[in-house]
Amino acid sequence: MSEDVKTFLDRLAERNAARGPEPTWIAARRQAGAARFEAMGFPHRRVEEWKYTDVRAIARGDFALASDAEFSPASAAALTLPIEAHRLTFVDGVFAPALSRLDELPEGVALMPLSAALEENHEAVGGPLGRLTGVEFSSFAALNTAFMEEGAVLRLAPGTVVEKPIVLQFLSRAGEQAVMSHPRILIQMAGRSEATVIEHHVGQEEAANFTNLVEEIILERGAMLTHYKLQEASLKDLHVASIHVEQARDSRYASCNLNLGGALVRNDLVAELNGQGAETQFNGLFYGQGRQHVDNHTLVNHNAPHTVSRENYKGILDDRAHGVFNGKVIVKRDSQKIEAEQSNANLLLSDRAEIDTKPELEIYADDVKCAHGATTGQLDEEAVFALRTRGLDEQTARGLLTLAFAGEVMEQVNLDVVAERVELAVAGKLPERFNLAGLVEAAVALNEE
Amino acid sequence: MLEVKDLHVTVEGSEILKGLTLTINAGEVHAIMGPNGAGKSTLSAVIAGKDGYEVTQGSITFEGQDVLEMEIEERARAGLLLGFQYPVEIPGVKNIYLLKAALNAKREAEGLGEIPAPEFMKLIKEKVASMKMDTSFLQRAVNEGFSGGEKKRNEILQMLVLEPRLAMLDEIDSGLDIDAMKVVADGVNSLRAEDRAILLVTHYQRLLDYIVPDRVHVLVDGRIVKSGDAALALELESRGYDWVQEESAA
Repeated sequence: MSEDVKTFLDRLAERNAARGPEPTWIAARRQAGAARFEAMGFPHRRVEEWKYTDVRAIARGDFALASDAEFSPASAAALTLPIEAHRLTFVDGVFAPALSRLDELPEGVALMPLSAALEENHEAVGGPLGRLTGVEFSSFAALNTAFMEEGAVLRLAPGTVVEKPIVLQFLSRAGEQAVMSHPRILIQMAGRSEATVIEHHVGQEEAANFTNLVEEIILERGAMLTHYKLQEASLKDLHVASIHVEQARDSRYASCNLNLGGALVRNDLVAELNGQGAETQFNGLFYGQGRQHVDNHTLVNHNAPHTVSRENYKGILDDRAHGVFNGKVIVKRDSQKIEAEQSNANLLLSDRAEIDTKPELEIYADDVKCAHGATTGQLDEEAVFALRTRGLDEQTARGLLTLAFAGEVMEQVNLDVVAERVELAVAGKLPERFNLAGLVEAAVALNEE
Repeated sequence: MLEVKDLHVTVEGSEILKGLTLTINAGEVHAIMGPNGAGKSTLSAVIAGKDGYEVTQGSITFEGQDVLEMEIEERARAGLLLGFQYPVEIPGVKNIYLLKAALNAKREAEGLGEIPAPEFMKLIKEKVASMKMDTSFLQRAVNEGFSGGEKKRNEILQMLVLEPRLAMLDEIDSGLDIDAMKVVADGVNSLRAEDRAILLVTHYQRLLDYIVPDRVHVLVDGRIVKSGDAALALELESRGYDWVQEESAA
């Protein structure tokens, strides 16, 4: 066993020794996760899926597990999205009841921390947990399974429409000892239910923790989920997420994956379109600066005919940041009449920034409509000229156009509070030479009138 | 205000302007007319600073400053503004961003501070209304998905907000129906002022029914071959350009 793996397994042994009595099934699954992780070790770059992403910053780390969820209410409030919502908050992976809001849940909605669900041996958990994201998926999924104990469980009864968004907030603290967390998110939406989930990763500026998420989302017939993943953790945080979505007939899933923070970020997003009429939409934006590394791997499996997938990822990379986009679409042999669109456009603001982009289409049906495109480049020079003829200096013109580039993804964001937050964040991240201060605020003010 | 002397301009190796001379004084409205390919658009593009135009001879001076030595944005801030024949669509850049950034750039050049937000809001709302546009235009991306008429109105809106010293309008009438042309012409007429000049570049006389120029110049083959008052435009309308060309060749 390598030293890296041993460090993590030692932490696990300490944790297991401290646990109280539990149902046997959960202990058995943790064990399976640990065994799989031990066998696989951390992925190295000789593996195609990890060719561009070096995870040594995680493997060589020594991360403790947080034992409390203390966070000053005032600073938590400053980080929390200002929106009326049902809310679950976790601090370094530990459930924080004081920062959560679970009263006023409408009928038909079960929303609780995973720990509470496990304690009750809740029926919502035992069956589906680990069904979509098995320990075979990746060593990170196996590691998550080995440690799984906390996270969020959301279950909607048939026909339930949740008006307010559901916010799953993950706060990361700065401290002497870096910590890790392995949250699980389990969402089960019964027929024709509708909800908006905002997953928000944010924290203290100096936080340097490791978050290793697994999310399993089950959409039954006609269910509709809009899923925002707003990741604006500190520039030192390490973030890995495996998200699996299973879609039955006529279900709709819309993902908006907004990556602004983190030193090392890897997202795996997989949709299984299992029933006719199922539709999935992947929208993504990543902004890398400094030495940030942001890797998005997406996969759509068109397992049934008449299914639709639309994907649009945009990347902006500055300084020595490195972006990776890998978008795979697989159309099974009998999946006729499907539509699949995919595009990835990237903007490099610096000569030393790097993007590796790879669309992959595997089509085994013959009556399909597929399109994909990847572009990497600079700004439209005609637009730069047009703006300069109005008196904008060249840098401001380029800054505005860069913001506009991100804006095309933001048009898919229907929640103003998220769109404005991201727009302000992108404007704030753009190099100072772009001189955009005050501009975005003007538009926000006009909106509010 | 503007003095163009013996201007020779080459585009991709071929000479388009061949010794153009033109003087525009404050308070005047000039119209440059001419057949297709005469170099009408080249003149305004060179004054605005577009890439790909090589000045091989001659000079352009604006209020004593050598325009050809100025950066594109410096020209705009000095008050030289070009309204495009084909305004560029700029996806994602909201009109309000453009207007605010442009106005503040101008104010900064004039030694004024940034415009206070309430004052800015009041100003643009007033100008938007005068162009018979809806305030929702401000939140839309610059020219994206605009009709031809909307694009031209948007160009004039920018002029109204930025109040240039010299407004150059390149074929501002192309693609406009009669109602849109009236709105655009009203906008341009409201710009007329003692300390401001306007240069209209147009192929057709009909625009000049609504914006009556002080001077009309006929541009043929890279040179101004005839100048006159508004009556010249009417003569061109009835007789075409051939007689001017023949007259100048003679």
